[in-house]
Amino acid sequence: MRKHLNVITAYAIMFGLIILVGVFQSWNVALSIFNMCLISAVMTMGANVQWGYAGLINFGLMGYAALGGLAAVLISVDPVQEAWSAGGFNIIMCLGLIIVMVFAIRFVLKKFEKSKLRTYGIAAIIVVGIVIIRITSEPGIEAIEAVNPATTGFLGGLGLPIVFSWIVGAFFAAGLAFIVGKVALGLRADYLAIATLLISEIVIAIIKHEDWLARGVKNVIGLKRPVPYELDLQTTDWFINLVAKFNGGKLNLISNVADKQAALNQFVIEGSSVFVKLCYSGLFLIVVIILLMITQKALYSPWGRMMRAIRDNEEAANAMGKNVVKQHLLIFILGSAIVGIAGAMLVTQDGLFTPGSYRPMRYTFLIWVMVIVGGSGNNFGAILGGFAVWFLWIEAAPIALFLINLFTAGLHETHELKVHLTESVPYFRYLMMGMGLLLIMRYRPKGILPEKIEIK
Amino acid sequence: MDFLNATILLLNYIFVPALTYGSQLALGAIFVTLIYGILRFANFATGDMMAFGTMVAILFTWYFQSFGISLGVLPTALVAIPFAIVFTIGYMLLIDKFVFKYYRVNKSPPVQLAMVSIGVMFVTQAVVRIIIGPADRRFFDGKKFIIKAGEFKEMTGLNEGLAIKSSQVLTIFITLILVSILFWFLNKTKTGKSMRAYSDNEDLALLSGIDPKRVVMITWIIAGILATIGGVLYGLDKSFKPFTYFNNMLPIFAAAIVGGIGNPFGAFLGGYVIAFSEIFITYAYKKFFMYVLPESMEPETLVQLLSTDYKFAVSFSILVIVLLYRPNGIFKGKVL
Repeated sequence: MRKHLNVITAYAIMFGLIILVGVFQSWNVALSIFNMCLISAVMTMGANVQWGYAGLINFGLMGYAALGGLAAVLISVDPVQEAWSAGGFNIIMCLGLIIVMVFAIRFVLKKFEKSKLRTYGIAAIIVVGIVIIRITSEPGIEAIEAVNPATTGFLGGLGLPIVFSWIVGAFFAAGLAFIVGKVALGLRADYLAIATLLISEIVIAIIKHEDWLARGVKNVIGLKRPVPYELDLQTTDWFINLVAKFNGGKLNLISNVADKQAALNQFVIEGSSVFVKLCYSGLFLIVVIILLMITQKALYSPWGRMMRAIRDNEEAANAMGKNVVKQHLLIFILGSAIVGIAGAMLVTQDGLFTPGSYRPMRYTFLIWVMVIVGGSGNNFGAILGGFAVWFLWIEAAPIALFLINLFTAGLHETHELKVHLTESVPYFRYLMMGMGLLLIMRYRPKGILPEKIEIK
Repeated sequence: MDFLNATILLLNYIFVPALTYGSQLALGAIFVTLIYGILRFANFATGDMMAFGTMVAILFTWYFQSFGISLGVLPTALVAIPFAIVFTIGYMLLIDKFVFKYYRVNKSPPVQLAMVSIGVMFVTQAVVRIIIGPADRRFFDGKKFIIKAGEFKEMTGLNEGLAIKSSQVLTIFITLILVSILFWFLNKTKTGKSMRAYSDNEDLALLSGIDPKRVVMITWIIAGILATIGGVLYGLDKSFKPFTYFNNMLPIFAAAIVGGIGNPFGAFLGGYVIAFSEIFITYAYKKFFMYVLPESMEPETLVQLLSTDYKFAVSFSILVIVLLYRPNGIFKGKVL
């Protein structure tokens, strides 16, 4: 018990803060913060598996999260039959062509000795392949995008329940991680960081501009939900009864029947959105707990021990006969898959997919702040980092506003400085994140909950 | 005649814009490379430091404009640059003193310094957005065009016009002058040589009596000059928006690595490699072929290799290819 005291205290403070938000602001806000905290925690776990376990820098988290989101669209949206008949054939042809291209390159790589000629040959295959693919795909893409462009204009998805996309998102991200890992993992740490960052930008560019795939920047809205809709709940008897029971004390104070009904309606509306958020929380909690169990198990397994050995001394691990390259690739894929799950969860919760909103500040660097602040190499630390940083990210504006008012209390309401500062309140969150990261890195470089390996 | 038209077309839409954009990238890339070569970390705050310098320059420009100071045909921002440089250098030295120095003295691994630079990036972003806001700002004044497309057509009687903005000419000229001075400094002066020695082999340089504090300080001073001028030139040519500056970090990194990180001359050329390939690959050549080819062979499509949406993707792909086949960059060789 004592050993875990700091973990328990840290989590108690965190939940206390969220409950305080619930009491003072509203339960709706508190729950939406909590849900986003859970999603951030999943992302941080993914980054932690790569950085904390194996020391691999992945600045491409954004790309994997976006692929998870793409999976949510491709799984849950109903297929657009018209688009399929208009251009589906061309798209399938192109997929075939890409596969042929990959096999051709593999064939050349296997058959011929490494030489300048081979390199140019591969380049030629790629250029010719891209030209052919463009020529085949163009009419198909145009036809698909012309199908009712205001609402569809894309191929649609499979029409399955959206929860499946969490698994599919993991596979999508793993696929990308496999390619990226094969290409870039041999690079030095800072090159790897830059390469992954740039590759994730390419992924986002493709998702943004290939409208036939997921409508690009036109966004996909109104995705199916795994939980009930507020409007349905508000007309369901058992839910109204439940709300009435919960708020019985308050309702009994009102004597007028009409007023009572109005108050009940108000409670039902509020309650429905809280209920929906609670459902999400439940789903997300299940994911977090399962992942936590798996990652903890892995951390203390012989495999986890090997990963730490590789992280701390690559040459020595290599000399002991461990296949460093293979293990790096494996853990890169695993961590990215977890980020993919988080990306799908995020889109599921929002109910919409907006490729334009994927920006490295939010989906890569903020997640990294979470990992560093929470404590790399420690899953509980990573989750705590996700919670604490997201909480601060959301509550930074009110805190900043409070501080500004405190420091400029002597100034008049219309004083230029005060007005200017109040207008730029949203940007204080960047300041807090940066200062937080710098302070933690300086005075507690292992994070709030440092890595602690017990030999069991 | 058709051939001339085609040449002017390419000049107007590819060569001049790419040369301008390349110069802007080149200044940033030399900044990245210097920090990497001497302080030994990838500085993720590059774009935001450039935004900081530009912001100060804009504030000074407004201040001067309020006094009615102007340079006539030239933008007022040119007067503001020296003042902005002083502020930017001050900011960088301050950050170095309070943030980077600790890790340098402790000989932390480069990855840790890169992480720290992310913290600096967040802080700088906040500072810029709090002071000047996230909005798009244009601060170019003076004469906009040196040659307008219409005038050029009248002058030469060609179908295609060549428009040259004064910001483009300014960018190219200032970059060339600045880079020449920088290379002269690095190669000919004693201080420059000591910087190169420090970058090449730190321990040996210390043994021969080079003062590391001085080298680091001069590096930040040069970095401040490059960041401010690069940022202001970009802002004059396009516009100032903090988010764009942050995003520009990516092609700048690409340019620095393509040129061989740690090698300023490589970074300089890398900027142009990235700029030209971005514009070459995403330009629609339809009109060009209409001039060059006989009428019967005229293309029906746009003859565009990739749509302009993938402009960034082009430079990043080049970077990935370079990293795979020549991890030391195209222009490897002696470092710094």
